[in-house]
Amino acid sequence: MGKHVGRQTVVFDRPPVIASGASVVGPKEGQGPLASYFDEIWKDEMDGEKSWEKAESKLMKRAITLAIEKAGLKEENIQYILAGDLLNQLTASHFAIRDFSIPFLGMYGACSTMGLSMEVGAMLLDGGFADYVAVSASSHFCTSEKQFRMPLNYGSQRPLYATWTVTGSGSLVLAANGDGPRITAATAGKIVDYGIKDAFNMGGAMAPAAADVMKAHFQDLNRGPDYYDLIITGDLGYYGTQLTRELLEKEGFLLDERYTDCGIQIYDKEAQDTHGGGSGCGCSAVTMAGYLLSEIQKGAFHRVLLIPTGALLSPLSTQQGESIPCVAHAVVIEKE
Amino acid sequence: MDITMEQKKQYQKRVEQVCPQTNLLTGCLKAFVVGGLICVLGQMINTWIMNFGADRQLAATWTSISLIFLGSFLTGAGWYDNLGKFAGAGSIIPITGFANGIVSSAIEFKKEGFILGLGAKMFTIAGPVLVYGVLASAIVGLISYFVG
Repeated sequence: MGKHVGRQTVVFDRPPVIASGASVVGPKEGQGPLASYFDEIWKDEMDGEKSWEKAESKLMKRAITLAIEKAGLKEENIQYILAGDLLNQLTASHFAIRDFSIPFLGMYGACSTMGLSMEVGAMLLDGGFADYVAVSASSHFCTSEKQFRMPLNYGSQRPLYATWTVTGSGSLVLAANGDGPRITAATAGKIVDYGIKDAFNMGGAMAPAAADVMKAHFQDLNRGPDYYDLIITGDLGYYGTQLTRELLEKEGFLLDERYTDCGIQIYDKEAQDTHGGGSGCGCSAVTMAGYLLSEIQKGAFHRVLLIPTGALLSPLSTQQGESIPCVAHAVVIEKE
Repeated sequence: MDITMEQKKQYQKRVEQVCPQTNLLTGCLKAFVVGGLICVLGQMINTWIMNFGADRQLAATWTSISLIFLGSFLTGAGWYDNLGKFAGAGSIIPITGFANGIVSSAIEFKKEGFILGLGAKMFTIAGPVLVYGVLASAIVGLISYFVG
């Protein structure tokens, strides 16, 4: 039993394979730099649905269906779905997954949900509890604004450091056996709260959680950042990544140009007016299932550290003046 | 947790340095110009109505009604939020912004039904303005009754 290494990390004996990935996104993401990596791009934010919430569920349902198809599997082959989103009581996921006849494990890690789902899914597979699991996460700009911020047509200004919630869902099928990129290790994050209260400043709030889990990861595995060709956080955006760099530098870990963020990759900051970058569960999910998986399969990257980051606030906690507890989960994806 | 208050404070200070702030001067200028233009528009409507022989009070009522209609219409058409993005407080503070607050909430929560959605939620933004507006006028009224 050498699977648990150090304080927070697990190293898989039989590293699960990422058998396939699928991503479905909204129009804005489809105009961004990663457009060519997405399986489906919607023409509008509703895609014929009656509410934004239904539309978000449809994104996830479609992404899971596509991922299962692309893996050459059928619904009955998948033993578990692990998924989550940002809406109260995981509304988007529950209504997406009720149409599947697959056991469901709900995951909530705010925008870190994709990392959390991959980590737990890989544990299930390595533990011998399943042969195939599907993992998924989604977010929708309109549902998030409605739940966490202001009505869409309200004429307010967003701070320059605010991030833009990604409309999209990314899904992966993970397999116990087979060929392809493997999840070799994962580090579970602790909840970290440095007292940031500004709900627009997610990057600033989450950076300490990202830095904390990365530090634990490097220490547990006795590795430095130079082990990886790409280190990519979930949705810290431009300012959050800078803060993460600074925090880790203080701990003696230098993140050079190999470090970036899904929220930086997904939008063109100038042309798309997205201010601080992209955010939301969908941000790391579609970047993983689209861009990262594709580039890893092509051999552009061999060792990737993906760290989806989540701000665990609620509209209630913000109104009550609480600070923002945050979490991040680090997942190692390797391909020979 | 192994982080001290000192570390937290230091970090919060650093966050403020790293994250860019909106330029106060250009923000104020834009708000002044747009807010001013909305007021000029209101004055034009007011003068125009008075030219028909309406007295001050009637003209003021019709001016408010016209501006509220305009703010609501532009919100429904999806244009007022673009104006707000540019002008900030310049388009929030005038009566058109008040209309925007109500109509945008009404549109947003229509899906939850006409009673618990639209009806209940349309005052989420404007409600506090009404509550404290009425309260403030009551206080001012009392003061003026006893002092004036």
